[in-house]
Amino acid sequence: MALQDKYKELTDAATAAGISDLQVREQDSVLYIDGTAPTGTVKDQLWDIYGKIDPNFLTGDLVLNVNVSVGADVTKVKVTTDNSNLNIRKGPGTDQPIVGKAGHGEIITLLNKSNEQWWLVRTDDMEEGYAYAQYLSPQ
Amino acid sequence: MKLTKLLMAIAIVTTVSFVSCKPKDDDIKAAIEAKIKADADLAPVSVDVKDGIATLSGQVKDDATKAKVPTLTADVKGVKSTTDNTSVTPPPPPPPAPVAITADDPLTKSVTDATKDYPTVKTTVKDGVIAVTGTIAPDKWKKLKMSLDGLHPKKVDGSALTIK
Repeated sequence: MALQDKYKELTDAATAAGISDLQVREQDSVLYIDGTAPTGTVKDQLWDIYGKIDPNFLTGDLVLNVNVSVGADVTKVKVTTDNSNLNIRKGPGTDQPIVGKAGHGEIITLLNKSNEQWWLVRTDDMEEGYAYAQYLSPQ
Repeated sequence: MKLTKLLMAIAIVTTVSFVSCKPKDDDIKAAIEAKIKADADLAPVSVDVKDGIATLSGQVKDDATKAKVPTLTADVKGVKSTTDNTSVTPPPPPPPAPVAITADDPLTKSVTDATKDYPTVKTTVKDGVIAVTGTIAPDKWKKLKMSLDGLHPKKVDGSALTIK
Protein backbone atom coordinates (compact mmCIF):
# COMPACT_ATOMS: atom_id res chain seq x y z
CA MET A 1 0.00 0.00 0.00
CA ALA A 2 2.96 2.29 0.61
CA LEU A 3 3.57 2.63 -3.12
CA GLN A 4 -0.04 3.55 -3.75
CA ASP A 5 0.35 6.29 -1.15
CA LYS A 6 3.58 7.49 -2.72
CA TYR A 7 1.96 7.82 -6.13
CA LYS A 8 -1.49 8.86 -4.89
CA GLU A 9 -1.25 12.27 -6.57
CA LEU A 10 -0.60 10.48 -9.86
CA THR A 11 -3.42 7.98 -9.57
CA ASP A 12 -5.82 10.70 -8.41
CA ALA A 13 -4.85 12.80 -11.42
CA ALA A 14 -5.31 9.81 -13.71
CA THR A 15 -8.81 9.26 -12.36
CA ALA A 16 -9.66 12.97 -12.59
CA ALA A 17 -8.33 13.24 -16.14
CA GLY A 18 -10.64 10.47 -17.32
CA ILE A 19 -8.06 7.79 -18.11
CA SER A 20 -10.09 4.90 -19.48
CA ASP A 21 -9.49 1.27 -18.51
CA LEU A 22 -7.44 2.58 -15.61
CA GLN A 23 -5.75 -0.18 -13.65
CA VAL A 24 -3.60 0.41 -10.59
CA ARG A 25 -1.96 -2.74 -9.33
CA GLU A 26 0.86 -3.39 -6.91
CA GLN A 27 2.88 -6.54 -7.37
CA ASP A 28 6.30 -7.50 -5.93
CA SER A 29 7.04 -3.94 -4.74
CA VAL A 30 6.32 -2.38 -8.11
CA LEU A 31 3.26 -0.28 -8.88
CA TYR A 32 1.73 -0.74 -12.33
CA ILE A 33 -0.53 1.95 -13.70
CA ASP A 34 -2.12 1.12 -17.03
CA GLY A 35 -4.72 2.98 -19.02
CA THR A 36 -5.59 5.00 -22.07
CA ALA A 37 -5.37 8.78 -22.04
CA PRO A 38 -7.91 10.82 -24.00
CA THR A 39 -5.15 13.13 -25.30
CA GLY A 40 -1.39 13.40 -25.46
CA THR A 41 -1.57 16.40 -23.10
CA VAL A 42 -3.09 14.23 -20.39
CA LYS A 43 -0.32 11.66 -20.81
CA ASP A 44 2.30 14.43 -20.52
CA GLN A 45 0.63 15.77 -17.37
CA LEU A 46 0.80 12.35 -15.75
CA TRP A 47 4.46 11.96 -16.65
CA ASP A 48 5.15 15.41 -15.20
CA ILE A 49 3.56 14.35 -11.91
CA TYR A 50 5.54 11.10 -12.00
CA GLY A 51 8.75 13.13 -12.50
CA LYS A 52 7.84 15.33 -9.55
CA ILE A 53 7.33 12.37 -7.21
CA ASP A 54 10.32 10.40 -8.51
CA PRO A 55 12.83 12.83 -10.05
CA ASN A 56 14.41 11.35 -13.20
CA PHE A 57 12.31 8.18 -12.87
CA LEU A 58 15.18 6.27 -11.30
CA THR A 59 13.56 4.49 -8.36
CA GLY A 60 12.15 1.79 -10.60
CA ASP A 61 9.09 1.21 -8.43
CA LEU A 62 6.58 2.38 -11.02
CA VAL A 63 5.72 1.19 -14.50
CA LEU A 64 3.50 3.86 -16.03
CA ASN A 65 1.93 2.52 -19.19
CA VAL A 66 -0.46 5.13 -20.52
CA ASN A 67 -1.24 5.09 -24.19
CA VAL A 68 -2.93 7.91 -26.01
CA SER A 69 -6.31 6.95 -27.38
CA VAL A 70 -6.35 6.72 -31.16
CA GLY A 71 -9.81 6.82 -32.69
CA ALA A 72 -10.77 4.05 -35.09
CA ASP A 73 -11.36 6.72 -37.73
CA VAL A 74 -7.77 7.98 -37.66
CA THR A 75 -6.09 7.28 -40.99
CA LYS A 76 -3.32 9.90 -41.04
CA VAL A 77 -0.29 10.14 -38.79
CA LYS A 78 2.52 12.66 -38.66
CA VAL A 79 6.16 11.63 -38.41
CA THR A 80 7.42 13.15 -35.16
CA THR A 81 11.05 12.11 -35.05
CA ASP A 82 13.54 14.57 -33.49
CA ASN A 83 14.71 15.61 -36.95
CA SER A 84 15.68 12.49 -38.89
CA ASN A 85 13.80 10.32 -41.33
CA LEU A 86 11.72 7.46 -40.02
CA ASN A 87 12.52 3.98 -41.24
CA ILE A 88 9.72 1.90 -42.65
CA ARG A 89 10.45 -1.78 -42.31
CA LYS A 90 9.23 -4.99 -43.84
CA GLY A 91 8.12 -6.37 -40.49
CA PRO A 92 7.68 -5.19 -36.90
CA GLY A 93 11.26 -5.05 -35.54
CA THR A 94 14.56 -3.24 -36.04
CA ASP A 95 15.96 -6.53 -37.31
CA GLN A 96 13.65 -6.25 -40.31
CA PRO A 97 14.91 -4.84 -43.61
CA ILE A 98 14.13 -1.19 -44.36
CA VAL A 99 11.70 -0.87 -47.23
CA GLY A 100 11.26 2.90 -47.19
CA LYS A 101 11.62 6.14 -45.28
CA ALA A 102 9.23 8.86 -44.21
CA GLY A 103 10.54 12.39 -43.72
CA HIS A 104 10.41 14.30 -40.45
CA GLY A 105 7.04 16.08 -40.26
CA GLU A 106 5.61 14.12 -43.18
CA ILE A 107 2.00 13.00 -42.93
CA ILE A 108 1.48 9.40 -43.90
CA THR A 109 -1.36 6.90 -43.96
CA LEU A 110 -2.03 4.64 -40.97
CA LEU A 111 -3.19 1.20 -42.08
CA ASN A 112 -3.09 -0.92 -38.95
CA LYS A 113 -2.03 -0.50 -35.34
CA SER A 114 -2.72 -3.96 -33.98
CA ASN A 115 0.91 -4.15 -32.87
CA GLU A 116 1.41 -1.75 -29.95
CA GLN A 117 4.95 -0.76 -30.89
CA TRP A 118 4.94 -1.07 -34.67
CA TRP A 119 2.22 0.45 -36.80
CA LEU A 120 1.65 -0.49 -40.42
CA VAL A 121 1.83 2.64 -42.56
CA ARG A 122 1.98 3.75 -46.18
CA THR A 123 3.74 6.80 -47.55
CA ASP A 124 2.52 8.92 -50.44
CA ASP A 125 5.20 7.17 -52.53
CA MET A 126 3.24 3.96 -51.85
CA GLU A 127 5.97 2.52 -49.65
CA GLU A 128 4.23 0.24 -47.18
CA GLY A 129 5.62 -1.25 -44.00
CA TYR A 130 6.05 -0.97 -40.25
CA ALA A 131 7.20 2.16 -38.43
CA TYR A 132 7.92 2.64 -34.73
CA ALA A 133 4.70 3.98 -33.21
CA GLN A 134 6.49 6.29 -30.76
CA TYR A 135 7.43 8.52 -33.68
CA LEU A 136 3.91 8.72 -35.11
CA SER A 137 1.27 11.20 -33.95
CA PRO A 138 -2.34 10.67 -34.98
CA GLN A 139 -3.77 13.58 -36.95
CA MET B 1 -79.39 8.10 24.45
CA LYS B 2 -79.62 4.76 22.76
CA LEU B 3 -77.58 6.04 19.87
CA THR B 4 -74.84 7.30 22.23
CA LYS B 5 -74.67 3.91 23.93
CA LEU B 6 -74.50 2.18 20.62
CA LEU B 7 -71.69 4.47 19.47
CA MET B 8 -69.83 3.85 22.71
CA ALA B 9 -70.24 0.14 22.30
CA ILE B 10 -68.88 0.35 18.80
CA ALA B 11 -65.98 2.43 20.03
CA ILE B 12 -65.13 -0.11 22.73
CA VAL B 13 -65.39 -3.04 20.37
CA THR B 14 -63.19 -1.28 17.84
CA THR B 15 -60.59 -0.40 20.45
CA VAL B 16 -60.55 -3.90 21.82
CA SER B 17 -60.22 -5.43 18.39
CA PHE B 18 -57.31 -3.06 17.56
CA VAL B 19 -55.59 -3.80 20.83
CA SER B 20 -56.13 -7.50 20.40
CA CYS B 21 -54.50 -7.23 16.96
CA LYS B 22 -51.21 -6.15 18.50
CA PRO B 23 -50.33 -9.29 20.49
CA LYS B 24 -51.43 -11.36 17.53
CA ASP B 25 -48.86 -9.60 15.31
CA ASP B 26 -46.25 -10.16 18.00
CA ASP B 27 -47.10 -13.85 18.14
CA ILE B 28 -46.78 -14.16 14.39
CA LYS B 29 -43.47 -12.32 14.50
CA ALA B 30 -42.16 -14.61 17.22
CA ALA B 31 -43.22 -17.69 15.28
CA ILE B 32 -41.44 -16.50 12.14
CA GLU B 33 -38.36 -15.48 14.09
CA ALA B 34 -38.20 -18.94 15.58
CA LYS B 35 -38.18 -20.38 12.08
CA ILE B 36 -35.45 -17.95 11.05
CA LYS B 37 -33.35 -19.09 14.02
CA ALA B 38 -33.75 -22.70 12.99
CA ASP B 39 -31.86 -22.12 9.74
CA ALA B 40 -28.43 -20.47 9.95
CA ASP B 41 -28.59 -19.47 6.27
CA LEU B 42 -31.61 -17.33 7.02
CA ALA B 43 -29.99 -15.49 9.94
CA PRO B 44 -29.69 -12.19 8.01
CA VAL B 45 -33.47 -12.09 7.49
CA SER B 46 -35.51 -9.87 9.75
CA VAL B 47 -39.28 -9.81 10.01
CA ASP B 48 -41.89 -7.24 10.80
CA VAL B 49 -45.59 -7.97 11.18
CA LYS B 50 -48.36 -5.44 11.04
CA ASP B 51 -52.06 -6.30 10.87
CA GLY B 52 -51.16 -9.82 9.83
CA ILE B 53 -48.95 -8.69 6.97
CA ALA B 54 -45.45 -10.08 7.35
CA THR B 55 -42.59 -8.15 5.79
CA LEU B 56 -39.28 -9.95 5.39
CA SER B 57 -36.10 -8.05 4.66
CA GLY B 58 -32.35 -8.53 4.64
CA GLN B 59 -29.66 -9.85 2.35
CA VAL B 60 -29.17 -13.58 1.97
CA LYS B 61 -26.10 -15.23 0.55
CA ASP B 62 -27.48 -16.95 -2.55
CA ASP B 63 -30.52 -17.82 -4.69
CA ALA B 64 -31.04 -21.15 -2.92
CA THR B 65 -31.43 -19.36 0.40
CA LYS B 66 -33.65 -16.76 -1.19
CA ALA B 67 -35.92 -19.57 -2.37
CA LYS B 68 -36.38 -20.67 1.23
CA VAL B 69 -37.61 -17.25 2.37
CA PRO B 70 -41.31 -17.79 1.43
CA THR B 71 -41.41 -20.95 3.56
CA LEU B 72 -40.83 -18.79 6.66
CA THR B 73 -44.36 -17.48 6.57
CA ALA B 74 -46.15 -20.14 4.55
CA ASP B 75 -47.65 -22.17 7.38
CA VAL B 76 -47.66 -19.56 10.14
CA LYS B 77 -51.15 -19.03 11.49
CA GLY B 78 -52.55 -15.54 11.20
CA VAL B 79 -50.35 -14.40 8.30
CA LYS B 80 -52.62 -12.71 5.81
CA SER B 81 -49.95 -11.97 3.29
CA THR B 82 -46.21 -11.76 2.97
CA THR B 83 -44.05 -9.06 1.46
CA ASP B 84 -40.65 -10.43 0.57
CA ASN B 85 -38.12 -7.61 0.46
CA THR B 86 -35.10 -9.84 0.84
CA SER B 87 -32.38 -9.82 -1.77
CA VAL B 88 -29.34 -11.87 -2.64
CA THR B 89 -25.99 -10.32 -1.71
CA PRO B 90 -24.18 -9.47 -4.95
CA PRO B 91 -20.97 -11.47 -5.40
CA PRO B 92 -17.77 -9.58 -4.54
CA PRO B 93 -15.97 -8.13 -7.55
CA PRO B 94 -13.34 -10.50 -8.95
CA PRO B 95 -9.80 -9.75 -7.79
CA PRO B 96 -7.79 -7.76 -10.35
CA ALA B 97 -5.91 -9.86 -12.88
CA PRO B 98 -2.22 -10.17 -12.04
CA VAL B 99 0.10 -7.90 -13.99
CA ALA B 100 1.22 -9.70 -17.15
CA ILE B 101 4.97 -9.45 -17.65
CA THR B 102 6.45 -9.92 -21.11
CA ALA B 103 8.72 -12.97 -21.38
CA ASP B 104 12.44 -12.21 -21.70
CA ASP B 105 12.86 -13.16 -25.37
CA PRO B 106 10.16 -10.92 -26.86
CA LEU B 107 11.00 -8.27 -24.26
CA THR B 108 14.67 -8.25 -25.27
CA LYS B 109 13.64 -7.79 -28.89
CA SER B 110 11.27 -4.94 -28.02
CA VAL B 111 13.94 -3.28 -25.86
CA THR B 112 16.41 -3.48 -28.74
CA ASP B 113 13.84 -1.73 -30.96
CA ALA B 114 13.09 0.90 -28.32
CA THR B 115 16.74 1.74 -27.59
CA LYS B 116 17.95 1.83 -31.19
CA ASP B 117 18.04 5.63 -31.23
CA TYR B 118 19.72 5.90 -27.80
CA PRO B 119 23.31 4.81 -28.48
CA THR B 120 24.63 6.15 -25.13
CA VAL B 121 22.77 3.60 -23.04
CA LYS B 122 23.06 -0.16 -22.73
CA THR B 123 20.30 -2.48 -21.61
CA THR B 124 20.03 -5.98 -20.26
CA VAL B 125 16.86 -7.96 -19.74
CA LYS B 126 16.55 -10.60 -17.05
CA ASP B 127 13.39 -12.04 -15.52
CA GLY B 128 11.39 -9.20 -16.95
CA VAL B 129 13.60 -6.49 -15.44
CA ILE B 130 15.08 -4.03 -17.91
CA ALA B 131 18.35 -2.69 -16.48
CA VAL B 132 19.55 0.47 -18.16
CA THR B 133 23.11 1.73 -17.80
CA GLY B 134 25.17 4.51 -19.37
CA THR B 135 24.65 8.24 -19.65
CA ILE B 136 21.63 10.03 -21.08
CA ALA B 137 20.06 13.51 -21.12
CA PRO B 138 16.98 13.95 -18.85
CA ASP B 139 14.49 14.58 -21.67
CA LYS B 140 15.75 11.61 -23.67
CA TRP B 141 15.57 9.35 -20.64
CA LYS B 142 11.98 10.43 -20.06
CA LYS B 143 11.09 9.44 -23.63
CA LEU B 144 12.95 6.17 -23.35
CA LYS B 145 11.31 5.35 -20.00
CA MET B 146 7.91 6.00 -21.61
CA SER B 147 8.74 3.49 -24.34
CA LEU B 148 10.16 0.90 -21.96
CA ASP B 149 7.18 1.15 -19.58
CA GLY B 150 4.95 0.38 -22.57
CA LEU B 151 6.66 -2.96 -23.17
CA HIS B 152 5.09 -4.58 -20.06
CA PRO B 153 8.33 -5.17 -18.14
CA LYS B 154 8.45 -6.31 -14.52
CA LYS B 155 10.36 -3.13 -13.80
CA VAL B 156 12.73 -0.64 -15.39
CA ASP B 157 15.90 -0.36 -13.34
CA GLY B 158 17.76 2.86 -14.02
CA SER B 159 19.62 2.91 -10.71
CA ALA B 160 23.01 2.68 -12.44
CA LEU B 161 22.14 5.30 -15.03
CA THR B 162 23.83 8.70 -15.17
CA ILE B 163 21.45 11.50 -16.08
CA LYS B 164 23.04 14.66 -17.47
